[in-house]
Amino acid sequence: MRALGFLTLFLTMAIFASSPMAQADTWVETVTKARGQTVFWNAWAGDERINAYIEWAGEQVKNRYGVAVQHVKLSDTAEAVSRVVAEKAAGRTEGGSVDLIWINGENFAAMKRNDLLFGPWTANAPNYQFVDTIGKKTTTIDFTVPVDGLEAPWGMAQFVFMYDSNSLPTPPTSIKGLLNWAKENEGRFTYPQPPNFIGTTFLKQALLGLIEDPAVLQKEVDPAKFDAMTKPLWQYLDALHPVMWRSGKVFPQNGPAQHRLLDDGEVDIALSFQPSEASSLIARGALPESVRTFVLKGGTVGNTSFLAIPFNAKARDGAMVLANFLMSSEAQARKQNPEFWGSGTVLAMDKLPITEQNRFGNLKLGVATLSPKELGPTLLEPHTSWVTALEEAWAARYAAGK
Amino acid sequence: MSVTDLAAKDADWARRRNSALRVFPLITLALFLGPVAAGLIGTMLPAFGYLPALGGETLSWAPWRSLLAAPGLGESVRLSFVSGLATTVVALTVVILFCAAWHGTQGFARIQRLLSPLLSVPHVTVAFGLAFVLAPSGWILRLVSPWATGLERPPDIIIAQDPAGLTLIAGLAIKEIPFLFLMTLAAIGQVDAARTRTMARTLGYGPIAAWLKTVFPQVYPQIRLPVFAVLAYAVSVVDVAIVLAPTTPPPLAVQLVRWFNDPELAMRFVASAGAILQLAIVAAALLAWWIGERLVICLGKRWIRTGWRWRRDIWLRRAAAIALIGGFAIAFFSLLSMALWSVAGRWRFPAGLPDSISLGTWVDNADRLTAAGWNTLSVGLAAAAVALVFAVGCLENEARFGRRATNRALLLLYLPLLVPQVAFLFGAQIMLIVLNIDGSWFAVAWSHLVFVLPYVFLSLADPYRSWDDRYARTALCLGAGPWRVLRCVKLPMLLRPILVAVAVGFAVSVGLYLPTLFAGAGRFDTLTTDAVSLAASGNRRIIGAYALMQMLLPFLAFALAAAVPAWMFRHRRGLRVTH
Repeated sequence: MRALGFLTLFLTMAIFASSPMAQADTWVETVTKARGQTVFWNAWAGDERINAYIEWAGEQVKNRYGVAVQHVKLSDTAEAVSRVVAEKAAGRTEGGSVDLIWINGENFAAMKRNDLLFGPWTANAPNYQFVDTIGKKTTTIDFTVPVDGLEAPWGMAQFVFMYDSNSLPTPPTSIKGLLNWAKENEGRFTYPQPPNFIGTTFLKQALLGLIEDPAVLQKEVDPAKFDAMTKPLWQYLDALHPVMWRSGKVFPQNGPAQHRLLDDGEVDIALSFQPSEASSLIARGALPESVRTFVLKGGTVGNTSFLAIPFNAKARDGAMVLANFLMSSEAQARKQNPEFWGSGTVLAMDKLPITEQNRFGNLKLGVATLSPKELGPTLLEPHTSWVTALEEAWAARYAAGK
Repeated sequence: MSVTDLAAKDADWARRRNSALRVFPLITLALFLGPVAAGLIGTMLPAFGYLPALGGETLSWAPWRSLLAAPGLGESVRLSFVSGLATTVVALTVVILFCAAWHGTQGFARIQRLLSPLLSVPHVTVAFGLAFVLAPSGWILRLVSPWATGLERPPDIIIAQDPAGLTLIAGLAIKEIPFLFLMTLAAIGQVDAARTRTMARTLGYGPIAAWLKTVFPQVYPQIRLPVFAVLAYAVSVVDVAIVLAPTTPPPLAVQLVRWFNDPELAMRFVASAGAILQLAIVAAALLAWWIGERLVICLGKRWIRTGWRWRRDIWLRRAAAIALIGGFAIAFFSLLSMALWSVAGRWRFPAGLPDSISLGTWVDNADRLTAAGWNTLSVGLAAAAVALVFAVGCLENEARFGRRATNRALLLLYLPLLVPQVAFLFGAQIMLIVLNIDGSWFAVAWSHLVFVLPYVFLSLADPYRSWDDRYARTALCLGAGPWRVLRCVKLPMLLRPILVAVAVGFAVSVGLYLPTLFAGAGRFDTLTTDAVSLAASGNRRIIGAYALMQMLLPFLAFALAAAVPAWMFRHRRGLRVTH
């Protein structure tokens, strides 16, 4: 009996003695509590390859940690935000229906501002240590809003243009060049209608190329100066829209819809937030073989997408276990593989053990994917306040009817 | 047994029946009007700034000021109002003219058979197909290019999502024509149409004039509520509008769903105010329709009095046939195109058919399709079955106490079909969360019941009421109690209309989009919610697979509704379909 007592004492001391140990134990506790939970993962579901990836991830954590994952299919991430709001409205501070959200930008900013998020928690997840927080600044600053450990980095995105090299042998290299080309080739260009994020990103990309001082975009928008600062953008769009597809009166509703227009031969250029998307669409027979990718001189907008847990999540532990798995080199490498998805990793190669680095080194880029060097510099996303301001101004000008 | 004995026994039954049956109409109303009422209140309060969770603690006009300042609001309202009215005018005109022109002919009977497959398919399924068939890169142009048009690339012309909303009107009208046609057929059966028309014809009137002047005035009052329902639906439709309506700006209902989902949470207030505005627009559209009715009555009476025979109406009869059959044909063509896409390999413009056929889409999405299919099936069957119990309960109550539903009661039944869904679903969602059942199978089934019950009731009411009561009296005289009469005589004899009513209810449930989205808290996938969330991506293959499933489930329901009684009654000549 005495021996047992000593052992207990010793173990207790050991646990309290070293703090890293304590942290590891916390994670072990999380994993233990997570077993048997069902995570309702709210994620945009407009692309069936992404849905298939999510299904795969769900199977993995089910097998390894006993955590069931249910993909709640969203056509707009704001739907999940809306649900958390409705729950808060009804006074449900625990047992909420949303456990994990694929999120970034203004949705994150809105949830953070309204105290709808749980955390900070990401530092507790063991795989977070491999995230490239230095080389990829957007993993800690989400559209200029500090992440503060409230959301786990999941994927890197960079804005690229897809084009059909059969009908467009030499693509434009600047935002002004794009206008000139569109004027010579009427009806062959369009962009998804803002507030779709691809469409809004096109506005930001154009603004970055046209505004006098791009530095102001990193600060909160000044309503008094907004009109004057964005004047070049509206002049640009006023010239562009009449020579666009459907004379700028109809817009595709999202990225994939425009990919279909490219496939149908209705336009020559489509936009994407994943440099390898063109390759994987070709591989799936959803785009012609002749499609390639280009970027603009001076770089294109890039960002990180994240995973966040609402304040009232029911399966909070399960959600953390899932998020941690999604940050693992295995899940990240599969995500970067154009065969499955083709979205850039958030991990730092030099932080990973050699064996795990190889998972990434062996990936084939695909026929239409630019090399990291060709992709050029990543430009920072403007402050989220610009998103709302741009979208409202755009809607008032171009979506209010005649 | 003496007559007085019988009367005493009757009174005794009446007392016992009271307890069980009397509550049926009350429970029914509470079950399906409760959510509507609670939802309207839950939308009304935020519309005036009250939603404590978002910091709205006092009543104010601020949401209305923001709403009125929203860019494009006027255009959105105009679009909803005009496309709703136009859809109803077009659909009703085609149906009435076709009935007037061809009622009583052989072709008329044949056309009726095409009705149920079209009726049973969700609106949005037809919209998907139509968007592809009519597009500049769509099937019609693919079939005639490049040999007839010389086009190697699709032309840059606006067809789907045109700013005037013409494609939206066409898409809605194509789906509403079969519905109004069916309602008109039922109404024709209620009046002595054939002899009235023959009488007018012998007086020298042309076919159309004879029907319009003598049958139509009797038929219209009976189809008035369905017409109102079509109008209210078309003014506030969301799912079809997402596919076919313009987006710069969209119709108000689509804009509202977008605002309810805006990351800027304060937009919920504006959206709620907009939902009340949507309610007002529906009311305004109904008022406009009512004024139109007065006008038609006034002019129609004068027209009847002129005694104009209008014998040379063959051109209009042909036009009516072309319009109706053309509408049906486009709908079938649209559905066919979706089925084809679901098995298409590579299929680029201007190829008329896919380069190859592949089951890849089905194999890749088998799990998701099955999961969504099961959800659709279980919710649809449950809602239809519960609706059937309540419908039979109410009708039996009515039959035993000889109380027929008044027009006002009928209006209550139509209420969920007249009030725009967006106007009460946000409020109802909050109610479900308070009850802690949001996102559950139960919540979704309940929300479906609200919309399924009216259809089941309406579909069953006529056959139930016209059932020959002498069978019941014979059975009672033989000593059976009223419940036994119901179980052993009435329900078996009414098996066919009962199963059709269930199939109708099930088909309605399959097509429900917004109720599923709100009550299911977004985590309850049915074929329709999945398909609409994929619609914007424009991946026609997978949308095609969903569309085919959406067609298949209701079709099976109707097929069973026809096959089961045929098999059950195979030895009973009197219960077979005679026509």
